[in-house]
Amino acid sequence: MATRQTRILAHAATAPSTLVLFLWMIVPLAMTIYFSLLRYSLLDPGNESFIGLVNYEYFLSDPAFFAALFNTLKLVGGVLLISVVGGILLALLLDQPCWGRGIVRLMVIAPFFVMPTVSALIWKNLLMHPVQGLFAWIANLLGLQPIDWFAQAPLTAITLIVAWQWLPFATLILLTAIQSLDEEQKEAAEMDGTPPLSFFFYIVLPHLARPITVVILIETIFLLNVFAEILVTTGGGPGNLTTNIPFLVYAQALLQFDVGGASAGGIIAVILANIVAIFLVRMIGRNLEA
Amino acid sequence: MGRIHLKGVRKAFGDVIVIPSIDLDIADGEFVVFVGPSGCGKSTLLRLIAGLEDVTSGRVDIDGVDMTNVPPAKRGLSMVFQSYALYPHMSVRSNIAFGLKMAGESPEIIKQKVEKAAATLNLSSYLDRKPRQLSGGQRQRVAIGRAIVREPKAFLFDEPLSNLDAALRVQMRLEITQLHQQLATTMIYVTHDQVEAMTMADKIVVLNAGNIEQVGAPLELYNTPANLFVAGFIGSPKMNLLNGAIAAKFGAGTIGIRPEHIATARDRGEWQGVVRVAEHLGSDTFLHVDAETIGRITARAPGELALAAGDKVGLTPRPDRIHRFDSDGRAMRA
Repeated sequence: MATRQTRILAHAATAPSTLVLFLWMIVPLAMTIYFSLLRYSLLDPGNESFIGLVNYEYFLSDPAFFAALFNTLKLVGGVLLISVVGGILLALLLDQPCWGRGIVRLMVIAPFFVMPTVSALIWKNLLMHPVQGLFAWIANLLGLQPIDWFAQAPLTAITLIVAWQWLPFATLILLTAIQSLDEEQKEAAEMDGTPPLSFFFYIVLPHLARPITVVILIETIFLLNVFAEILVTTGGGPGNLTTNIPFLVYAQALLQFDVGGASAGGIIAVILANIVAIFLVRMIGRNLEA
Repeated sequence: MGRIHLKGVRKAFGDVIVIPSIDLDIADGEFVVFVGPSGCGKSTLLRLIAGLEDVTSGRVDIDGVDMTNVPPAKRGLSMVFQSYALYPHMSVRSNIAFGLKMAGESPEIIKQKVEKAAATLNLSSYLDRKPRQLSGGQRQRVAIGRAIVREPKAFLFDEPLSNLDAALRVQMRLEITQLHQQLATTMIYVTHDQVEAMTMADKIVVLNAGNIEQVGAPLELYNTPANLFVAGFIGSPKMNLLNGAIAAKFGAGTIGIRPEHIATARDRGEWQGVVRVAEHLGSDTFLHVDAETIGRITARAPGELALAAGDKVGLTPRPDRIHRFDSDGRAMRA
């Protein structure tokens, strides 16, 4: 935008979409804040009254809230760990020239296109089921006691399901990054006699720093909101072992019919997401600078 | 030591034969330039010597040892790439040290060698910078530094100057030549620029379509090109190549005369013509002349000769400098 005139023109031209985006954001936010200050129960419609910050007090003092907060962090952390480490390894593997590489790549990407509910059901009923599941069958074959995943390690089970869905995303981004590694740089390392492991740690990994950052940031945004997998498999239980913040908000609103409390939970979730975002950008965001 | 011997080296990518068969001897301490047009196989040949490509058949000997199937790092050669191929996230120091580190040298020896190489290349004050903070010429020097510290039997340069601007290229050309005199190590240098070849080489290898057209000292190629290809490729501006009646008069299929071996005068000359374009360089003037009966001729005139487009000019070739080629394009020796 070189001149004053073009600058004004640019502002005028983008103003309508800016306005729409602003409304898109502010109306739901304002309504949620408004609801969060009301005593608003679906069991008692028409009798809303202003109660100040009581909903917040109630939500934050609920022992389920802290359980849900830690479950959320464990879930996000676990999935990030599996998908980034696994994604790097898979990307390295898929970068190797081999027969049928195109088909293999396509198949690796496939889980990303499966709907969360569908994949959660498949994992629950076909893979992790303690009687008829594939894992139980393998355990029996090896003479081991099958694991009842959703009873014995419910959060781990959900972490595995979600990680399975997000692994392709990480793999895809990291694979394209590996492929963009300068060919002459590889050859220079070859001339320098770099053994494979050193090549990975000194050349490939630093090259991947930026895409890994992108993967972590994007995945975190979505992983804070995992919901369908929990609803379909454990329903937040046993107890609240697999309840994360979004599921807690859902339970508040549609299982306990407390719209006011759920709205307060929603606002708290927004604040938490922003705190996580600030931490992430502080910690790893500098990788994104040129 | 750095004696390199290629015997019957052939390279094919699938059905495409890039290098049919090449025999070449490179003596220890020689500065050899592979020169040729794009796609002539010069870079491939260099990569075959480096071991970055496998030969389809034939042998690569280094110091009399068969290295045909030895991996690149074990051949004792180091290479400077066209894009420099520096490791972007490492400092200049780590870049230069990387090869030694991989070879398992002790930190003191690495430090010592890196600093020595940096001093040789005037890089001492940049050692802690990252490659992106350096200019093109400095990056080039880092790439050379990385090659030097390994104390290789031979250096391989793959068009190292093509990413630099003209002034810097002339300077780096000089620096590489001086480096060669200082180290006295074999250097193999690939370029498409015949000026680089002429100025730097002890020995030029002219390649065309994967074949060696001629091997010789720069002036040898200039004075006695073996064929039409070499005659046209070496020398700037290009040699005038004439055929038809004028060539038949000399008993040849084609005759060649370099622009600098044609005397120019305003009024008289063996060939008369009209100047179409005059390029004034100051020291010289290149005249592109439409000569009657024989076509477009390029001639080099002294800078003082004030001729402009449209002027009449007389051209007289020096008879002892006329190159004769037979109908197959091979040079005919008197």
